[in-house]
Amino acid sequence: MPLFIAKIAIILALFSALLPPLLKRRPQLSKTLAFSLLGLAGLTAAGAGAMALLHPAPLSEVLPVGLPWLQAHIQLDSLAGFFLAIVGLVTAVAACYGPGYTYEFEKEGLPLAPLTIFTGLFVTSMFLLLLAADAFSFMFSWELMSVSSYFLVSYQHYKLENRNAAFLYLLMAQVGGLCILLGYGVLAGFGSDFSFTAMATAQLSSNWQTIAFLLAFVGFGMKAGIVPLHVWLPQAHPVAPSHISALMSGVMLKVAIYGFIRFTYDLLGEIHWTWGVLVLLIGAASALLGVLYALMQHDLKRLLAYHSVENIGIIYIGLGLSMIFAGTGHLALAALGLVAALYHCLNHALFKSLLFLGAGAVLQQSRQHDMEQMGGLIHRMPVTASCFLIGCISISALPPFNGFVSEWLTFQAALQGPVLESGVLGSLIPVAAAALALTGALAAACFVKVFGVIFLGLPRNAEAVQAHEVSFGMTFAQIVLAACCLLFGVLPTWTIGALSVISQSLLGEALPEATAHGWLWLTPIASETASYGAPMVLLGLGLAWILVWLGFHPQRRRQSLRRGEPWDCGFGALNERTQYTATAFSMPIRRIFGPAWPIKEQLEPASDLQPQRYLLHIGDWAWQKIYLPLGRLVLTAAKRTALIQGGNIRVYLTYSFFTLIFILWVLV
Amino acid sequence: MNGWLLAIVQTLVFIGAAPFFSGWVKWSKCKLQNRRGAPPWQPYRDLKKLFGKEIVLPQNASPIFRLAPYIVFSVTAIACSVVPLVAVGLPTSALADVIVLVGLFALGRFFLSLAGMDIGTAFGGMGSSREVTISSLAEPAMLLAVFTLAMSVSSTNLSSVISTLLLRPFQLYPSFIFAAMGLVLVAMAETGRIPVDNPATHLELTMIHEAMILEYCGRHLALMEWSAMLKLMLYAVLLVNLFFPWGVAITLTPAALAFAAIIMIVKLLLLGLALAVAETGLAKMRLFRVPQLLGLAFILSLLGMLSHIILEVR
Repeated sequence: MPLFIAKIAIILALFSALLPPLLKRRPQLSKTLAFSLLGLAGLTAAGAGAMALLHPAPLSEVLPVGLPWLQAHIQLDSLAGFFLAIVGLVTAVAACYGPGYTYEFEKEGLPLAPLTIFTGLFVTSMFLLLLAADAFSFMFSWELMSVSSYFLVSYQHYKLENRNAAFLYLLMAQVGGLCILLGYGVLAGFGSDFSFTAMATAQLSSNWQTIAFLLAFVGFGMKAGIVPLHVWLPQAHPVAPSHISALMSGVMLKVAIYGFIRFTYDLLGEIHWTWGVLVLLIGAASALLGVLYALMQHDLKRLLAYHSVENIGIIYIGLGLSMIFAGTGHLALAALGLVAALYHCLNHALFKSLLFLGAGAVLQQSRQHDMEQMGGLIHRMPVTASCFLIGCISISALPPFNGFVSEWLTFQAALQGPVLESGVLGSLIPVAAAALALTGALAAACFVKVFGVIFLGLPRNAEAVQAHEVSFGMTFAQIVLAACCLLFGVLPTWTIGALSVISQSLLGEALPEATAHGWLWLTPIASETASYGAPMVLLGLGLAWILVWLGFHPQRRRQSLRRGEPWDCGFGALNERTQYTATAFSMPIRRIFGPAWPIKEQLEPASDLQPQRYLLHIGDWAWQKIYLPLGRLVLTAAKRTALIQGGNIRVYLTYSFFTLIFILWVLV
Repeated sequence: MNGWLLAIVQTLVFIGAAPFFSGWVKWSKCKLQNRRGAPPWQPYRDLKKLFGKEIVLPQNASPIFRLAPYIVFSVTAIACSVVPLVAVGLPTSALADVIVLVGLFALGRFFLSLAGMDIGTAFGGMGSSREVTISSLAEPAMLLAVFTLAMSVSSTNLSSVISTLLLRPFQLYPSFIFAAMGLVLVAMAETGRIPVDNPATHLELTMIHEAMILEYCGRHLALMEWSAMLKLMLYAVLLVNLFFPWGVAITLTPAALAFAAIIMIVKLLLLGLALAVAETGLAKMRLFRVPQLLGLAFILSLLGMLSHIILEVR
């Protein structure tokens, strides 16, 4: 049954892609229909995923498509169901948001058809990918996902920046795809078939297993955006339309995580603890560097893109812990790490989509990408501001919202490090926990900056003064996601119960203790070890608030308070130039962690035409130390090779002659 | 039911005693500096005065500005209910463990810093920027320090940490010494005491906490001030109860509770005195020296954790 519903979801999504060419004459109708179909597809997929999660027996089927000896296998088990539910939910929300947001493109005279076609294909490919149960259909949907999202990134292709970002994205997606293909090739080579069931039973030597793992790690990591493979993310996310950024960052990265989990836990069979160490280290590095780079950004969507790097890092920390524990035989703890990582996947999908949708609303109203030009928007866009605030609190991992629960679980898994035999591992894991703690604290600092600069204070330019609340669909989408953030933060036990099913099927071990004390108390290991009563914390906060309000509010009648000029230590007239900017706000952190970024500071002296100007450019070490040298290397190699290119046909004929002689010599 | 009642009473006592603790520190400091000093109960008078005053909101204050004092105070009050003051094993202790406690502090700070940026004054932004910078360095150090304890007794629940330490025969663990030193440094930074911030100053070059709440008045200011006092008391209780747990009641008999209360008062008064001595002897640091102090705290806590794993596990 869930499989059937999932197929309906795919067909609905496909239809939303096919509609615009069919209804060329009626653009408004096709837009409405396409977005409704997309939303319906999302809801259906979410339903199918939730059903698959509740009824954990895997359902599989062989579809009569493809070459005669190579038919497409599809399967829906609890892992795929969980990710299908995430993708479906965010798709449905993005479909609510889309019509209002794309209205701006219509006003500018951009054709909507490419956007709707490729959004539909993008969502279809993600659904297909989650259902795929053989390497061919997996790679087919993977490439479809990469290519359709390439067209979405390059939607506003008349801007050079967008074309460059899209090209970089496609390039890295292809390199990643190649690695994944080779990884599957290794497995299929030993397993004699391309279906996942055959691969899972393949007998590999330890070395080949490691090679396959490394290929998959690089391939999926390229898409997920781990350091140092993350450079496409901060380029591609800011230029894509905002609901597409939400889908790409909130959901597509999760699909890459799904691929990685499927490959490592399901297909490779045995997990080596050394892989876990690699994943943990790269995860910790991604988390820390992601948040440090995010802190220095002024472009709102680029900042959020760097936070995706951070959150993917946190997911990988959980996975790394889980793999270390699984490799050393502590299966219950491995399940805890896996559940923490999966929970963070869900949470990141929710709050990152929420933040991207909020960012879209802000960009639409202020017509600025630069945070330094906004300000005071809370007065003009109260609903967006409230939802954005919830997103900020969730992503900063503060209780009682959802981001906190998964980070708490990750900490709990890390604190079990001393059960390991090896002292080196036992001390490595706490260091990773320290990196996670630093990451969380810096993320909170970053989002104080984001919310404070964008929504609080005084408006910094004319557009920010004229901003008003966005359309109903757009606010509704944000409210749904914000409500989910609170819900999954306050009632974590039910989600963890469902996630235990996945760890049961992948590792053969669930978390029986986590929900043993009722839905009020989350106790991942044992009740005396650690407990977190999220509903009670929320209740306590509410209760304390009411008591404080009742106790210290003398004039409880609704009367407005007296307003006056701000005091500001008596400095007098406030204006928008005196308030703190984002650059100023993050300056102490820039100074403390100085070597983390390549920083170029410049002071342009005052002239007759302009006042003194301060220019600050913050680059990315990965770009400067890895990609630029790599690019130069390729260019140099090409120049060297060009020596043999004479342009003279006789020279080329000589080459052919000697090549023929060489081949004959080798063959005979 | 009895346990819940006791937990509520403990929380109320905690909240009620916090101004006295602040006043006591201030009074001892005055004595050490040869000044006459206000009596230790002066903070109660200040709070009463502030609660009686009218509120003047800045013109462009958003709802965040008005919500923040209530949120900050209620978050701190919840934190008070989690930290064992005189007795362990109360039902509220299962509400949240030490990681949640750090998270609650962070939530309060989040709103405090937002409130600082709300009006758009340069002072507010400056205070928020400094606050989040310092706390983003202090928070990981604090987590590491408490992780050391948590690993040692294999629990992150404060109540069970303290009761395990009490039931265990006394032994000097090197990891505890490191963790204690780290936590002391963190506590100084987080409560805005002297080497990091000066609670008695309004000089723009030096202030952090005060800069964020400059625009508040009336009961809003009172709530903010009270929260700051609560936070000082929270860190004090954490320090004395985690590292000197003797005297905390394990059984909930009246005799044990009374004894625990007396011991607790003595411990806190001594700690307040020590704080006053430290603040009299030390000078305030330059802002960009503070990261080195907190880096030291981080390294000390990390050393504590590593020494636990290397020396004490095997």
